[in-house]
Order: sequence, then structure tokens, then C-alpha cells
Amino acid sequence: MNVIELHGVGVRYRETRIHSLKEALVRSVRRHPKPGWFYSLRDVDLNIGQGDAVGIIGPNGAGKSTLLRVAAGIIAPSEGVAISRGNLAPVMELGTGFEYELSGRENIFFNGALLGCSRRDMRSRIDEIVAFSGLESFIDAPLRTYSTGMIARLAFAIATTIAAETVLLDEILAVGDAAFHRQCQARIERFVNNGATVVIVSHELEAIESLCSRTVWISQGRVVADGRTADVVAAYRGATLQSVAPASA
Amino acid sequence: MSSIVLPERRSTAGQPLQLPAELRDVVRQWSLLYELVHRDLTVRYKRSFLGFLWTMLHPLLLMLIFVVVFAAIFRARAPHYETYFLSAYVAWNFFAQTTVNAMAGVAWNGPLLKRVRVPPSVFTLSAVLSGLVNLALSLVVLFAIMAVTGAPLRPALLFLPVSLLLLGIFTLGVSLGVGAVSIFFGDVREMVQAGLPALMYLTPIIYPISIVPERFRALIKLNPLVYVIEVVRDPIYYGIVPSSTTLLIASVTSFGALAIGWMIFRHLAPRFHAHL
Repeated sequence: MNVIELHGVGVRYRETRIHSLKEALVRSVRRHPKPGWFYSLRDVDLNIGQGDAVGIIGPNGAGKSTLLRVAAGIIAPSEGVAISRGNLAPVMELGTGFEYELSGRENIFFNGALLGCSRRDMRSRIDEIVAFSGLESFIDAPLRTYSTGMIARLAFAIATTIAAETVLLDEILAVGDAAFHRQCQARIERFVNNGATVVIVSHELEAIESLCSRTVWISQGRVVADGRTADVVAAYRGATLQSVAPASA
Repeated sequence: MSSIVLPERRSTAGQPLQLPAELRDVVRQWSLLYELVHRDLTVRYKRSFLGFLWTMLHPLLLMLIFVVVFAAIFRARAPHYETYFLSAYVAWNFFAQTTVNAMAGVAWNGPLLKRVRVPPSVFTLSAVLSGLVNLALSLVVLFAIMAVTGAPLRPALLFLPVSLLLLGIFTLGVSLGVGAVSIFFGDVREMVQAGLPALMYLTPIIYPISIVPERFRALIKLNPLVYVIEVVRDPIYYGIVPSSTTLLIASVTSFGALAIGWMIFRHLAPRFHAHL
């Protein structure tokens, strides 16, 4: 069974945004044409089966994060249909929804609730989360006293301790030190081995190669290639090198 | 192929929010609602030096000002003027504060709406619930003032929960509608903030409606808030259960506001992310 299905999905935005009622009224009185559309994602068809480990790669601004958001049901597509099945834990940006006046512990409950876990669920997991984050001695201090790395560790610990059938990770490998990095990889591997579905957006091709069996390459909002990681990553590397080569030659 | 059927979630382009799905999500994530209210209240009280006391002091200070200024004028028509004024003012304050907080709340939580899957109406709901908690605290202060000034506390007070429910439904409707529109047009927030004080003076809160010249009274009564506020004031100040006419108009107004607010919200919510 597919846990994620995208059929002809497009996400578009107005090229110029109208921010005020005043502006909207003036434009309609003066009969200004409506601004055109900018497509952040277009004609995307994608099926992700249960237990798949899929990497999503592509240059900056290709629409990777948008793709993940539509797949997670966070934003509605402007065209097509997006279907997801079962429990999904999207981890978009580490630190999303943290409240800096609250303590680390209070934030664990708040963040868990954002990801759909009840207080009771979180109570049974809090020890594991605190231990994995390695923040035992700071957990009751307000979050504003934490460093960026500490916040990242806490966020990753929360997101990956919550049992979800599907985990969507957006660029979370980009933060933290080498040790944290290894810890993250080990966690993701455990997820994959336990049969969870994992979708990872990352610029780090080595991480994708070691974690994902299948990779989707997108560029300018469209799927360029979708297949075995080795093939797609090789093609992507080739293309990136080619586009860089003339300048460096 | 696994044979277990997992719950499916489908989002189709151009489709507005569906009430059953939204309700199901809110119920499923009720702990989120709890956490949001908890956060609203704790952050609010942690930040201010007087903390919790501040909510109590606010109506007290206001009462002092209004009572000193207006009591002399209105006392003849409204004995126990402080109770007359405060019983309506706490209701008004809840409505106005919640509407403003709901607008700020959706915008403030914008980053969340773009990064986690939450039912979009949850932020409006939490603003209303936090408002109700604050309203309950203000009512406690009001009852204390009534006890001190010798204003009678009558059995009709038992009707108050129904009054507050209607007020809450009305406020939720307005907050949903206005909140959704303010995401699209930022200037709506300023317009509402400027319009609210005017609306307060058009509602008999500070003054008794009997001071309004006969020919304008019908005009004043076109304001739907008059009835919603009346329903709260009746059991506290007059010690009576609101008349069936007042109750009927207040109910139609409240549920009407909720229906209209939800209609606006459900159509705009799928496009919030483009404006946050």
C-alpha cells in the first residue's frame, strides 16, 4: 500500500502578492490585470510505498520542501490531489513551534502535541527524549538559555522518539556537529530497519546514498528522475558537474 | 502488500475545509488545544511582573475610572452602577480581546501552519478558550466587588454558563471570519482595532439604553452585540433569566455569526500558506 500518493500535483503562488485590502480595492477599481502565477511545483506524480526509504534531491529552490509539505498534508495543492495514509511525523525545520519562555520539558509536551501526541503519550516517552537529547541538566531551564545546537538536539529527539509510521525529514542533517550527525543517521537507519517509511530531503548526497534505496530528483518544480539511488545520484552529480564545468575550465 | 487499511487523508486542489474532517482533527489533537491554551496563559503570566494579578487589576482599575467618571451621571438610572458597567464590560472585553488575539494568533502561529500538520482552526479555538479562562477570572473579581458593594448575587447567576456559551460561540464566529480575512489583508487588523472602540460606544455598556433618545433606540438595537451582551448582563445585574425574545435573538446572532465565520474560514484556510 502507498502511504503517500501525489497525482498531478501543482503548487502555485501569485508573482506579486497583494497584502492589503486597500491595494486590492485600488487594483480592482483601476482594472489592473491579476498578477501571473509562479509554480513552485508542477505536474508531480509520486507514489511512496509503506516501508520505502526515499531521498529527495535537487538544487536550492527546486521545490523539495514544498513537495514534502504537500505530501505531509501541511499545505493543500493548487492543482491535483495529495493523499497520505496512516500516522505521519513531519520534521520540517528543527525548532519549529518552540516557545522560548517555556522550559525544555514544557516544550517537549508542546512539540509532541503539535505532532499529534497526547500528554500521556509524551509522559511515557519523556525520559527517552531527555536521555537521547543529552540535556538532562538543562531540561527545566527556559529554552532561551539554550544554544542552537542544544535546540536542534532536543527537536530531533522529540521528532524521532514519537512512533510514527511515516517520517518526513527536511534538511535536518544540515545542523549540529559530527557526533550529532552520526546519532541522527543511526536513528534514521533504525527507523528504516523497523519498517517505517522515511522520506528525506537533503543536500548531502552521501547521507542519501547510505540511507535511501530510492531517490527522486526534482528541479524547477518538476520530477527530473525517479529511481534507484545509485543511478539518480550519479546522474545528478553528472549534471551538477556539467553545469559547473564550463565556469571552472 | 499490507492488508491493514490505514486512515486516509486526501487534499484536493480548490476544495474548502470540510467540517467533519476539521472537527475530527481538532478532537484527535485535543492535547494540542490544551497545550496552546496552557502556553497562552503561562507565557502571559510569566512575562508580566504582577503576573496573574494583572488580569484581576485590569478590571479593577477600569472600574475605578469609569465609576468615578460616569457613576454621577448614570447612577440615577442604574443603581450599583459599577455592577451595571462591569457585567457588560467583562463580556465586551472578552469579545474584543479575543477577536484581536485570534487575528494575531493565526498570523503569529503562521510558521507552525507551514511546518506541521494541524487543523488550522485550532489557533482560533485556543484564543477563544484562553479568553474564556480570563473571563472567568474577571467574573470572580466582579462577584467580589458585588459582595463588597452590597449588590445582590441572585440565583439567576446559574443561567450564566448558557450566556457565556452564546457569547463564546458569537466570538468564535467573528474571530474565525475576521482572522481568516486578516491573513490575506494585513490592514484588516488595524481596521478592526480602530473599529472596536467605536463599536463599544455604540453598544449600551457604559450607558443604560434608556438615556438614548427614543428614535435612536431602534437603530442601536440593530447592533447584534446588544443582545449577546444583554444575555450576560441580565443574570448578573438584573438577577433575571433573559427574556425569551432576547435569548432567541442572541442565539440566532451567535450561531449565525459562527456559520458565516466558518464559511469564510473554510474557503480561505487552504490558501493561508501563500500569505504567511
